[in-house]
Amino acid sequence: MSAAPEASPSPSRPAFWRNFGRFLGNAALESLDGGKLFYIWMFCLTAIFLVGANAWAVQVRDGMALSNMSDHVSWGLYIANFTFLVGLAAGGVMMVIPAYLYHDEEMHDIVIIGELLAIAAIIMSLMFVICDLGRPDRFWHLLPPFGRLHFPVSMLSWDVIVLNGYLFINAYICAYLLYMRYLGQTPDPRWYVPFVFLSIVWAISIHTVTAFLYCGLGGRPFWNTALLAPRFLASAFVSGPAFIVLAIQVIRQAVGRHFGDGPIRTLVNIMRITILVNLLMVVSEVFTEFYTGGAHTSAARYLYFGLHGHDELVWWIWSSITLVAVAAVLMLLPSVFTKHWILNTACILAFIGIWIEKGMGLIIPGFVPSTLHEIVEYRPSAIEWKITAGIWALGLIIYTLFIKIAAGIVLNRTKLHAIPDEPPASESSPAPLPTL
Amino acid sequence: MSSSSTSGCGKEDCGCVSRRTVMKGVGATLGAAAFARAIAPLTEWVDTLSVDEFLQRHYKELSLVDLKVVLRRLEKETKEQYGADVTISDTKPQEGVKFGYALNLSVCNGCRKCAEACHLENNHDRPSNQSYIRVFEMQKGSMDMEQGNAHYDKPVPQPDKFYMPVQCQQCEHPPCVDVCPVEATWKEPDGIVVVDYNWCIGCRYCEAACPYHARRFNWTKPVIPKEEINPNQGYLSNRIRPQGTMEKCTFCLHRTRNGRLPACLEACPTGARVFGNLLDPQSEIRWVLEHKRVFILKEDLGLKPQFFYFFDS
Ligand code: SF4
Ligand code: SF4
Repeated sequence: MSAAPEASPSPSRPAFWRNFGRFLGNAALESLDGGKLFYIWMFCLTAIFLVGANAWAVQVRDGMALSNMSDHVSWGLYIANFTFLVGLAAGGVMMVIPAYLYHDEEMHDIVIIGELLAIAAIIMSLMFVICDLGRPDRFWHLLPPFGRLHFPVSMLSWDVIVLNGYLFINAYICAYLLYMRYLGQTPDPRWYVPFVFLSIVWAISIHTVTAFLYCGLGGRPFWNTALLAPRFLASAFVSGPAFIVLAIQVIRQAVGRHFGDGPIRTLVNIMRITILVNLLMVVSEVFTEFYTGGAHTSAARYLYFGLHGHDELVWWIWSSITLVAVAAVLMLLPSVFTKHWILNTACILAFIGIWIEKGMGLIIPGFVPSTLHEIVEYRPSAIEWKITAGIWALGLIIYTLFIKIAAGIVLNRTKLHAIPDEPPASESSPAPLPTL
Repeated sequence: MSSSSTSGCGKEDCGCVSRRTVMKGVGATLGAAAFARAIAPLTEWVDTLSVDEFLQRHYKELSLVDLKVVLRRLEKETKEQYGADVTISDTKPQEGVKFGYALNLSVCNGCRKCAEACHLENNHDRPSNQSYIRVFEMQKGSMDMEQGNAHYDKPVPQPDKFYMPVQCQQCEHPPCVDVCPVEATWKEPDGIVVVDYNWCIGCRYCEAACPYHARRFNWTKPVIPKEEINPNQGYLSNRIRPQGTMEKCTFCLHRTRNGRLPACLEACPTGARVFGNLLDPQSEIRWVLEHKRVFILKEDLGLKPQFFYFFDS
């Protein structure tokens, strides 16, 4: 560890850029260094990722027939995960709002955990889209100016733009803040605060546009509801904070450093409201569907109770509702603030519950019964599960490395002039170096 | 980054490499090798693709010369992959023609000869017995499609039933075209909605958007014995579609643009099908639209299909 001065005099502009390469190098080195637990974790994730990569390669070679999708159910597990992950990315912004809109100082310190989550989630969601393409080699058809992006008519072209924009905004904010810290300089608010506010608006837009993908389809009454976008946002603002709370708990353990309870308290308060709003919307949708009845509600009947003896989705949706309801009760308990196991359980249950609801509970019933009222059921194939697990593993790898880099910089371990040209001062380490 | 991980033996600057660094190197190498193995099927797949195919422009951007080159290449590829000699042409829409289709539900007897003819004419995948037409057996006295059944196997016609074939309705406002993110599908001036099979990325958004279940995806590479391949092919219609792309009914444009009738119509033994130019006041289809009780499917969606159903009154 170097004894570099805490706030070095601001370097001249060329140095600012020259050091960026070294910053990336240091960050990469830092991110790959860790304790035994870290290597085991990474090893397992890599193994899962490789299984997924292989499954994907086979799927591309032999065709999407290896999935259990059909002309009737033309989107399945991949698009389900895509939808959920867009929500997770949008939910990542839930730390930014208190930090910047309400000037929650404690939140400022760890807001980057949420922004990095947004980046990782967007990368994963884009990967799910790629895996869903019958012709991934033609991906460039989407890229202007070589391709022909059908903008602004196709909602999917909007989605491509807003998702990449969100990725870019968050990557920029994170890179800027971390790099300034690395240089030992105070970030200039003019260079990031406008982008932070942009990212808040943008977070809402990505999930709204993704909802419009579905509710813009007039021929599919199950999706053709104005409640879809608000429901998306409500559930995103549960799953995002839930994941962040869990991440904070793990990071606390790993870094051995206790950042304040304030941020967690804020996140729980957010979830307490959003999870109830989400449940309320489920109830009002179920009411509309079942009280009116009629042919347009057959998808909802299929989802909740099964239709003509077909009930593939029934256990999915009821387990989702149960998980979310139990999570809601746990979150409302006062002891959620004092007992970590209650908080963690609530977050895990909510996270899984929303994953099911936004995935199998939303995408598949849009296709069953089909537009000509045929019932063709869908259950993901082994290949689909493998690819899905592989992408999640890669996402977790990316997120872990991001967090390690950020922690190294925030805890002043990765710093300009620390390595390698100056000999490290041997005994100046403040404490045994924590490893993530 | 901690210094302990970069210096090996603990002494500063001794130049030796730490065990940890070696392990990392070994790990990275093994990881890269494993990754290469994992995605090996991808390279097998890439071998089946040509650079020309990869770089091919959108149909509308091809000059006449480019298009010729593409057509010859596709013919050659069909020969290589399926062993069949085929002619792939590209007939353009005619001025003053807008195609329409009408179907007489009073006489359709559900024999599914149309679906069969479609299967053969359009070089559909044999094992899945694909076709652009689905025939529904419906309860007499009800238009409720939930009571319909596309998988009947009793002798037809059954006395209490009527039969309703459904295929692409060539909507005037086709949602399938609106949603396509890469403009791989569009409506031609003669009213036929087509797909550039070499531009489609296979996202299947159009399939989700179509309210008539009219689109079909090539989940795998179509399998057709070489003797059964229809050699008279069109770029935008019945040529054999690549794996991973979308396809749909094109009103047999390789026939109809050359003055012939769609294969499904020719095959229909009851004469239930009427096809023609909606802009020609003398055409049979205009006569039907003016004199019969005509209705369209899912009218409430406002897509203005160019496919009409009628009953004899
Ligand atoms: S019926 Fe379906 S595929 Fe045909 S034009 Fe209409 S929306 Fe498109
Ligand atoms: S599957 Fe092909 S034609 Fe259909 S929307 Fe996607 S790219 Fe367009």
